[in-house]
Amino acid sequence: MRTVGWTRVFLAPALTVFAAFFLVPLARLFAVGAAGPSGWAAYVEVLHNTRYLQSFLSTLALAGSVTICTLCLCAVCGVYLSRASFAFKPLLTAVLTLPLAFPGVVVGFLVIMLGGRQGVVAQAGQALGGDPGSAVVFAYSMTGLFVGYLYFSIPRSMLTVMATADKLDRDLEEAARTLGASAFAVARDVILPGIRPALVASGAICFATAMGAFGTAFTLATKINVLPMVIYSEFTLQANLAIAAVLSLWLGLLTWLVLILARSATGSAVAAAA
Amino acid sequence: MALATTSRLLDRAALGLTVALALFLSVPVVLSILTGLMVNQFQGFSAGFSLRWVREVVEQYHGAILLSVWIATLTVLINLVLGTLLAHGLRRTRVQWARALEEMFVMPVAMPGISLGLAMIVSYGALGGFRTHWSFILVGHVLFTLPFMMRAVLAVMQAQRLDVLEEAAASLGAGPWRRLVDVVMPNCRNAMVAGSLMVFTLSIGEFNMTLLLHSPFTPTLPVGLADAYASLRIEVGSAYTLIFFVLIVPLLVAMQFLGGSPRGKAL
Repeated sequence: MRTVGWTRVFLAPALTVFAAFFLVPLARLFAVGAAGPSGWAAYVEVLHNTRYLQSFLSTLALAGSVTICTLCLCAVCGVYLSRASFAFKPLLTAVLTLPLAFPGVVVGFLVIMLGGRQGVVAQAGQALGGDPGSAVVFAYSMTGLFVGYLYFSIPRSMLTVMATADKLDRDLEEAARTLGASAFAVARDVILPGIRPALVASGAICFATAMGAFGTAFTLATKINVLPMVIYSEFTLQANLAIAAVLSLWLGLLTWLVLILARSATGSAVAAAA
Repeated sequence: MALATTSRLLDRAALGLTVALALFLSVPVVLSILTGLMVNQFQGFSAGFSLRWVREVVEQYHGAILLSVWIATLTVLINLVLGTLLAHGLRRTRVQWARALEEMFVMPVAMPGISLGLAMIVSYGALGGFRTHWSFILVGHVLFTLPFMMRAVLAVMQAQRLDVLEEAAASLGAGPWRRLVDVVMPNCRNAMVAGSLMVFTLSIGEFNMTLLLHSPFTPTLPVGLADAYASLRIEVGSAYTLIFFVLIVPLLVAMQFLGGSPRGKAL
């Protein structure tokens, strides 16, 4: 019944599209990266260039700190929401997970609403008696980018953590409590290990998204030196296609490796969340 | 006694943090909606509300908005075919192979959008007619959203005992196509709907790759958004955002309702 021939027929359309518009372009990009003045050495040279290395490191630092922060917040709130029962819990859950698919550009604009020149924070500062000259404006900096990435990372991770926390065996916690464990000990020794796969999985997705995110930085613009912005300006402003290709591939490779690592650490959990 | 007090305190703290997060996510959305309806942001609510800015956005950007809806619709239709066939094919493949293929098809999600866009341009950018046509964007969107459709459908396929059903159909003389259309697909209908919603929302908001794929003749909704944010007054940007929310929020709400089991997997 399971003829191999038919299986191939079913796989063929997707494989064709994938090969033509992903594998071939990727191979082409790899070749273009070596077409610059320094040839294949370009792939090593960018790592010795201070400017590129700097932006590589700041992108890593940003993605890393956003991931850690998101995971801490979602672990606490996700577990709390899956346990608690009160009247407006469905509303709270909906609000926390709704911005799931807001694009980066929109998130950038929302950050301007919060921390821009006429944003909530600046206006609140003035209402409290601060003078207009010293208004708190954080949108157009690394802080703004951090806030934006946090904004679009929270809903995804919250969903994953809540789904996992719902499935935890409550009897284990009960048993631990009966044996005299403090609330803190229960959280550390029972709940945390239980949601660990969800944390690793959503942490990997969060990190990967933050590494490649571009829309938010593009909206907040000015001089935020994250790697996707550097790639974009190398390509459009400097017309430096080879360097843009090299940096793109490094960025892609690193992101992909993080996902693979997380996947091997948790079995298939990341695969399911990706 | 002391234990109960600590745990109540912890509960309160967690509730506080959760509410604070919800405010962080919702306040800017509400503000941007209100600003889009204000006559003048600087004067605030006192100057009154109007649809003037919304009208202005529709006049100036309706082409971009319609193009995005069109591309997202086509992306969904194409991926319903590609994704379902692919998931069905993977289901029939031996486990090791299926794992490797699945891994491969998810790669576009791990690749930063800007890298994907650049790869498309260096490969097909020289084909002038294709480069400036909306199908150039469509191809990118299909590729990037295919894994989401595949995962949604495959997860549901694997959770059911479709083998048994297929075998029964086969013994009654149904061929491979007949079994796919009449046995497998009806059992995955919800997953196909959930996958479609996800693909549509992703496509209509895609910017990272589309900024490179679009041409001056083919701006999409998010490209127009970025343009409005950068060059026009804040009320226009807000009104445009408002239009985007009107398009996308019903879809997100529908996704939450469908939610249930495959929600974590569909992401």
